[in-house]
Amino acid sequence: MRGVWKCGLRPMAAALLALSALGNQPARAQDTPPRPELVTRGEYVAQAADCAACHTMPGGAPFAGGLAFHLPTGTLYAPNITPDAQAGIGGYSEAEFIRAVRNGIRRDGATLYPAMPYPSYARMTDDDLHALYAYFMQGVRPVATPVVQDGMHWPLSMRWPLTVWRRLFAPDPAVTLKGATARTFPDPLVARGAYLVEGPGHCGACHTPRAVTMQEKALTAEDGPLYLSGGAPVDGWRPVSLRGENRTGLGRWSEQDIVRFLATGRMPLGAAFGGMTDAINHGTQHMTADDQLAIARYLKTLSPTMPARAPGWAYDPAATSALRAGDVSARGARHYVDSCAACHRTDGHGYPTTFPPLAGNPVVMDPAPDSLIRIVLEGNTLRATKQAPSAFVMPGFAARMDDAAVADTVSFIRAAWGNDAPAVSVADVARIRRSLSPEHPPASLPMN
Amino acid sequence: MSDEARRLKPVDVVVVGGGWAGSIMAKEMTEAGRSVVMLERGPDRSTAADGAYPASIDELEANFRYKLFQDLSKNTVTIRNNANQTALPYRRMAAFLPGEGVGGAGLHWSGVHFRIPPDDLRLRSRVIEKYGAGFIPEGMNLQDYGVTYEELEPFFDKAEKVFGTAGEAYKVNNEVVGQGNVFSPSRSDHFPLPPLKDVYTAHLFRKAATEAGFHPYSLPAANASQQYTNPYGVQMGPCNFCGYCSGYACYMYSKASPNVNILPVLRRHPLFELRPDCHVLKVERDSTGTRATGVTYTDADGKVVTQPAEMVILTAFQFHNVRLMLLSGIGKPYDPVRNEGVVGRNFVYQNVTTSTVWLDPKVETNQYIGAGGGGVAFDDFNSENFDHGPLGFVGGSPVWVNQAGVKAIAGAHAGGPPGTPRWGSAWKAGMIDTYRHSLRIDAHGANMAYRDVYLDLDPTWKDAYGQPLLRMTFDWKDNDIRMNRYVVDKIGDVAKAMGARDVHLTKREFGSPFDTRQYQTTHLGGGAVMGTDPQTSALNRYMQSWDVHNVFVIGANAFPQGTGYNPTGMVAALAYWAAHHIRTTYLAHPGPLAG
Repeated sequence: MRGVWKCGLRPMAAALLALSALGNQPARAQDTPPRPELVTRGEYVAQAADCAACHTMPGGAPFAGGLAFHLPTGTLYAPNITPDAQAGIGGYSEAEFIRAVRNGIRRDGATLYPAMPYPSYARMTDDDLHALYAYFMQGVRPVATPVVQDGMHWPLSMRWPLTVWRRLFAPDPAVTLKGATARTFPDPLVARGAYLVEGPGHCGACHTPRAVTMQEKALTAEDGPLYLSGGAPVDGWRPVSLRGENRTGLGRWSEQDIVRFLATGRMPLGAAFGGMTDAINHGTQHMTADDQLAIARYLKTLSPTMPARAPGWAYDPAATSALRAGDVSARGARHYVDSCAACHRTDGHGYPTTFPPLAGNPVVMDPAPDSLIRIVLEGNTLRATKQAPSAFVMPGFAARMDDAAVADTVSFIRAAWGNDAPAVSVADVARIRRSLSPEHPPASLPMN
Repeated sequence: MSDEARRLKPVDVVVVGGGWAGSIMAKEMTEAGRSVVMLERGPDRSTAADGAYPASIDELEANFRYKLFQDLSKNTVTIRNNANQTALPYRRMAAFLPGEGVGGAGLHWSGVHFRIPPDDLRLRSRVIEKYGAGFIPEGMNLQDYGVTYEELEPFFDKAEKVFGTAGEAYKVNNEVVGQGNVFSPSRSDHFPLPPLKDVYTAHLFRKAATEAGFHPYSLPAANASQQYTNPYGVQMGPCNFCGYCSGYACYMYSKASPNVNILPVLRRHPLFELRPDCHVLKVERDSTGTRATGVTYTDADGKVVTQPAEMVILTAFQFHNVRLMLLSGIGKPYDPVRNEGVVGRNFVYQNVTTSTVWLDPKVETNQYIGAGGGGVAFDDFNSENFDHGPLGFVGGSPVWVNQAGVKAIAGAHAGGPPGTPRWGSAWKAGMIDTYRHSLRIDAHGANMAYRDVYLDLDPTWKDAYGQPLLRMTFDWKDNDIRMNRYVVDKIGDVAKAMGARDVHLTKREFGSPFDTRQYQTTHLGGGAVMGTDPQTSALNRYMQSWDVHNVFVIGANAFPQGTGYNPTGMVAALAYWAAHHIRTTYLAHPGPLAG
């Protein structure tokens, strides 16, 4: 669940606060006081739970909130969860904090919008939440800037319907935790992976389809094959299936591919984009190698949602041969050669892990072309991580290509190299182009 | 100005200039646990902004409006040919193109990434050994660097690995391993990447040079021939020969630059801080004058700020380093009349002329394809690889086809063969013929140092900050012109072997002065040279000021005379060499490293 920046005074104020605190000197390692082990562990839990993705604005003070979610029902702002007593959660007792995280109930008894993934957090252990509380109270600097909720339209600006929703759809943490201990796993690593993915990692919040009433159709692997089978577009990005589909899921990703992806946002079959960029940036890259492996091993236990109707992806060199022979008669081929092939190559293999492949890339073959169209229009930034300090920027083509040209290009990419995914229409591109927010940030550009 | 300046909290090291040398020194000093502030006069720069395709490949903006280059309206140099003239400011970019902004010349360069011929490092000794002291022309300040190839080898190797340099070795650990330059010294390892593929003209040149009896090799290029991850963990994309290298931020992330190859790691380091838009005015010294206390600069808002530091490392462009030393009173200024002093002494350039060969009209030379660092060269007339005895000159020149991608405006500028009208249909026909069917061959020669060629502060002209401009006193000398003419004749031999339809050999002419209006090269050198004698060098062999021990000066300013090679590889190796000695000796025992 990532949002789009709301330009306004709130982010600016937070940015100013952050700036004034930075000063002129480089931070010196020895200036940082040692922290209790519990707080450090809580910080790790906060990373595993990706709290910062919503509650920290890029360049803003950590956890001071303000991130805007543009929902069909209005705009929701992520609250300030720093330990400031007035603006943040400084007044919360540990029990109140845990109730908010697991049950979605605010200190005053109101129900939180389920943008807060408490249906997943319900699975978090007492130990993790105890550490998380210690971290938020002692490891986070209080910020006194409140976040005002004024963007939701009536009737969804009222909280009581949320309470009904919560009672209907959010799991009871007591039951959930009991169920978790009763589950059996092939090995402890898979058990750990299940906990991270279904609990703090709340992967299903994006990657599991939701019902019309907005609850996730499955909250764990036990709930059936819809779990992590791909979600509805979030902010225009379509979260792909994390299950074992050969073409459109993780069927051809090895455990090590997944580990590498979680650590660096890049692996030989693809690169991160959209909301996953934040999830990696704030979350998965900070995880231990063991936890990354646990997630990978667990994800590899998820079978395809449905038995495959088409054979698995295999490279088809026909498009490559045509392009190399100068034949650009296929729909979109000429655009592809002119605008895409320098990095992604006429053979579609790209230069992994620098420029991702399009041949056999699950995102390219996804039934919903939304992400692919949006990347072509807007471009994408593969962010630097601790292990992969280089960022790579793909330029957007919205200003250079009209809807027909984008539709042709995307259709070419989806058809070529054995991808065999359906073409996209000009209307599809027009729809995505309309959805691009004019407020879309000039995404803070990487500096390499 | 220092009295009014705001004083900041001290840091361990201040690095002046955000190019290759500065980024290497900052990286090394943070690795050594030192806090580093890097000051860069120009703006911050990145591939994401300056290399955003397709806006990035705007030839007009990049090569004719000098997007990545120095703002001459704020600061430039004055130039004259000899001491009897009055120097005038260099107001329009032409002969040389100093960079500005984070990455410096390392962002706008082409990527030719050489080591140095071992003989060039001890050229004075070598010439005397071979030809006797009387062979050195009157007025030529021929000197040794004070450092040997064997000492520098590990640092050449390190720089190549950081840069992702593509090339083919000749000898590794004294064993012949490949088709590299037969004149090149043994290496401790192969290049990290295989050589770039030959473009068609380089292929023709390789064949013809072989037929003419020479020994061609692939130019070592810091343009990645494959995708690459360097020892710092940063990634480069592969070069696609688009030809937009020199003057551009590479949108493929394949041309090595501080921005792509070092700064991504440095920027994340908690001990490192980069301050762009900060123009350093001078290095501050204590009351004894023998110790630097920091630097004073104007920040982005025009405020004057003093940054105290334990160590000052000057890593600006060659002549800016010299000027900062002069403005700060570090080292004795050179006096050509009394032949005393060292700062400004042995200012050198590079002796480059480009000849054009026209092939059969059926042969398309595809000059739009290119890689800034790629091509084929031969070194048969470079350095001391040939007998200068009967020739009567010092120095030499590699010869190469370095097809860096001829773009539309440049192609039109080049026009047709000499004598073609400069307008109308005849011009158009000549221009098209030249663009489609010609190739260019460079003689990329050394320039020797002379007693009356030097840098000093201009008595008249000042920059936007009220400080005197640097004055260049420079002209070509007969020794260098003879060398150029001798080597360019060899290009004629190669052209003949190519079956040229027509050849225009460009040679230096005796009596024809240095002309600032034509681009020649940005490979300026010397002015604050390294050496073993404080009477003839401003820096010791560790790039340390003889006079102010906590000032190190890294750049081509350290070259005692020019070489035939592009300077960046040598500058990077010298940076790692100096850093090594700072880390292993100086930090524990601050003081002169030689003396």
